[in-house]
Amino acid sequence: MATYVGSNYRRKEDYRLLTGKSEFVADMKLHGMLEVAFVRSMHAHAEIAVDGTEALKMPGVHAVLTARDLAGVVGPLNPLEEFRLPQDLIDTIHPVLLPCPEDILAVDKVVYAGQPIAMVIAENRYLAEDAAARVLVKYTPLPVLADPFRAREPGAPPIHPAMGSNVQASLHVEVGDVERGMAEADCLLKRRFVVPRVTANPLETRGVLADYDRRSDSLTVWTSTQVTFMVRSNIAKLLDIPEEKVRVVAPDVGGGFGTKGGVYPEEIAIAYAARRLGRPVKWIEDRMEHMQSCRQSRDQVHEVEVAFNRDGRILALKDEFVVDSGAYNPLLVTCPYNTVAHMRGMFKIPNFAIAGACVITNKTPSIAYRGAGRPEAVFVMDRLIQIISRELGLDPVEVMEVNLIRPEEMPYDQGMYYRDGTKLVYDSGDYPATLHHALELAEYDRYRALQRERRSEGEYIGIGISSYIEGTGIGPFEGAVIRVDATGQIVAYIGSTPHGQSHETTLSQICADEFGVSPEQVTVRAGDTSLLPYGVGTFASRGAVTAGSAVQVASQKLREKMMRIASHTLEIPVEDLEMRDGKVFARQMPGRSMSFRDIARAARPGPNPARPADLEPGVEATHYFVPPSVTYSGGVHVAVVRLDKDTGQIDIIRYVVVHDCGRVLNPMVVDGQIQGGVAQGLGEAMYEQIVHDEQGQLLTGTYMDYLQPTAMEVPDVIQGHSTFLSTRNAMGVKGVGEGGAISPPAAIANAVSDALSMIGIEVNEVPVTPVKVLQYCREADARMRLAAAEGAR
Amino acid sequence: MTQRVAIELTVNGRPVRAEVEPRLLLADFLRDHLELTGTHLGCEHGVCGACTVLLDGDPVRSCLALAVQANGTHVETVESLTQEDGSLHPIQQAFADHHALQCGFCTPGFLMTVRGIFDDLPGMTEAQIREAVSGNLCRCTGYANIVRAVQQLQRDLQLQAVRDPATRSGSRVDDRGALRDTARSEVK
Ligand code: FES
Ligand code: FES
Repeated sequence: MATYVGSNYRRKEDYRLLTGKSEFVADMKLHGMLEVAFVRSMHAHAEIAVDGTEALKMPGVHAVLTARDLAGVVGPLNPLEEFRLPQDLIDTIHPVLLPCPEDILAVDKVVYAGQPIAMVIAENRYLAEDAAARVLVKYTPLPVLADPFRAREPGAPPIHPAMGSNVQASLHVEVGDVERGMAEADCLLKRRFVVPRVTANPLETRGVLADYDRRSDSLTVWTSTQVTFMVRSNIAKLLDIPEEKVRVVAPDVGGGFGTKGGVYPEEIAIAYAARRLGRPVKWIEDRMEHMQSCRQSRDQVHEVEVAFNRDGRILALKDEFVVDSGAYNPLLVTCPYNTVAHMRGMFKIPNFAIAGACVITNKTPSIAYRGAGRPEAVFVMDRLIQIISRELGLDPVEVMEVNLIRPEEMPYDQGMYYRDGTKLVYDSGDYPATLHHALELAEYDRYRALQRERRSEGEYIGIGISSYIEGTGIGPFEGAVIRVDATGQIVAYIGSTPHGQSHETTLSQICADEFGVSPEQVTVRAGDTSLLPYGVGTFASRGAVTAGSAVQVASQKLREKMMRIASHTLEIPVEDLEMRDGKVFARQMPGRSMSFRDIARAARPGPNPARPADLEPGVEATHYFVPPSVTYSGGVHVAVVRLDKDTGQIDIIRYVVVHDCGRVLNPMVVDGQIQGGVAQGLGEAMYEQIVHDEQGQLLTGTYMDYLQPTAMEVPDVIQGHSTFLSTRNAMGVKGVGEGGAISPPAAIANAVSDALSMIGIEVNEVPVTPVKVLQYCREADARMRLAAAEGAR
Repeated sequence: MTQRVAIELTVNGRPVRAEVEPRLLLADFLRDHLELTGTHLGCEHGVCGACTVLLDGDPVRSCLALAVQANGTHVETVESLTQEDGSLHPIQQAFADHHALQCGFCTPGFLMTVRGIFDDLPGMTEAQIREAVSGNLCRCTGYANIVRAVQQLQRDLQLQAVRDPATRSGSRVDDRGALRDTARSEVK
């Protein structure tokens, strides 16, 4: 039946996006709409006194709202329910989790530069900005804690006094017996690894438009989000109105990558303002605001000890890491727990102890970004593999091989829990085969030879390998309602919120196969809380697995119902009927048929219905897919690089990804996800870093300072697929959204370290910027000259 | 800031007259006053290229230009590419054919940048193409399919030049006939 699933069906989204007919929040305009400019903190830590009276007198200004206006009316934002750990997991690992509510507008003090203090609402953005400049904020600076290691010291003053400490969350997981593993091993080494703060930077910034309808006393909020349902529940809760009176819509969304996967104070503030003023209110974030205030990610420092034998086998791994969470940490331990759960990746490491702490500092708050804690884990693990191999004089492939989980060991139990509270058991995969497939595509042996040959000529070539596994398709659920309308068109309503993932296309393909129609006969509607009662969102590589499975099962349920209606009307048993090309017909007598339109008519409510008496009226079915646990994607990246001694560029000669995402719904879309993820990962590996100075001031506030790769830096990724179906959903799908972004920092750091192995350079921190590469190359040249001179003597 | 300046220009072939504040950005003029919201703002400081439009045939960043600077010029936005009957321009078609967009936010900027180099495309190397689009950022696609789309376009133009030598490179693209809505059809 899989006619469309697995094919390169063209994207149904493209036409509107190519012709300018798309609609992003910034494109929307409502009658009587006002626009907002936020006044944001210039200091990272200070007491404040705000005076908006001058601003209010400016032309076109309708209101200037501060924390005083919200007091007692709008509550603070608390960490999201959806990202709390399940109780059984809490009972097992006993994490520390201190409440850390976030003010919608700063109350009496600010805790990071860029924090919203006041909102100016005016006829248009130009006037709002004019007036925002007139809002007087008197700052009394407080000592700034920008360094998490200082902030976590016992004597450090807590940034949020109610917490009593700056360590907002901490967790500790242990498997096996690390001390024994350490004692038994031949060798031991310690290293420190740094994965700095970066920002997702979707090309569309955040944006919110809220409209209050007086007649029904309800709010509609359009927002550039990945999680409409979470935004709705928080607006309802914080404004203290029934959820039924809030509809949240994500129209076209210009990328998210995790950073739009939370609820922001601005979303609450705009909703409140629309209700208070009784007019539509819109705020479009500008890029400077985005760089300063939109939540950022990564920012982990790991202190690691690893114990291994002379053959490369790793016996024990001990890791203590610190996450700089910035001023607020709405996702709690989501990212650090991902780091913990994915640290051992494809490897069997019997003894493992890891402790992580989320520390509050006076910096921009944190959130997940594509990979969400996994790139950090992979960076640590894969750098270790390379360091061990150099220590032992082995090829990194040899070290990988002795530690890899074998296919016959699947399903493989890692002896701990996943973040969803289920056991961390890999469902399927053949990791050695995936590795070898990648090495083959990378022409590993040829480049190893070339590397040796060219080194004597002073050219530095390096090969870096990185492997990852990824728990994808996390629950708790995702839903779909499938309906056939009066004209016979199939409509799939889903709870997830796509923003570039091609759901309109891939979910149509799934639906089309179930009904035996073309995807053109299917319309997918998403990103709107009014479509169905429950939904979760699009993040954590979960769309294809959860929404995809929900669409499939709901389609099957509806198909069955339609067959029964046709059977009833045609008086032919279901077994003798077939559904294809928009109708149901008798296999033996194709003339005896009912179109979808006929079936829709027969299913209408009314007296003497033409449907079986026990069937509810309507052509509709609902399914909420609840995954038993996550399903494990995995892959291997290989980077072959040449260091450019003149420019400090890392020229990527070959970049290979072989990955397993189970059943592929649309290869073109999957390849696009991988290529795009790699580009982001390469940015992180080579250029991108959010830098705050010790006063907590952002030094990388523009696109001139925060460099992102362009078409000149990103190579075409050579891709291979190794397909091992998921055992945790009927289609066998695994998630693919993040895989491309997880490994590049490790692969590039390994490749550069490999290129410079003769001088013992270890790249244990990214980004490996051109400046660093130049320095390394100079050192290497000097070393090579010295060696040559000594040889000549 | 209430003083207004009268401007007259041509936007997508239509004459436009308006009175605008001197500080009004060209991008905001197009988006808010003319409701041509296909032109997107990604950075508002001239780096991302999402706001690219053609001003007298040359690509410019409409976030760095003022509406008054466009006085007396011909401005073309992404909306000018699509034909009256809704069919796609070959550049749009090539982007659809090669999955060169995901969220699509950057797309109008890329399309207009490519429109700006259209006539030179047949003679360009891959490195030159990459350089030509390197002023446009895309956070989703990793560029590979964008470059492929442009290369496909380049091959089409080269072929066309061979078939019809009278038509100089790329000058008569609209003759390529009906491509109506084929972005929605199926390819295997
Ligand atoms: S919005 Fe004009 S270059 Fe980014
Ligand atoms: S397609 Fe999303 S930024 Fe280019």
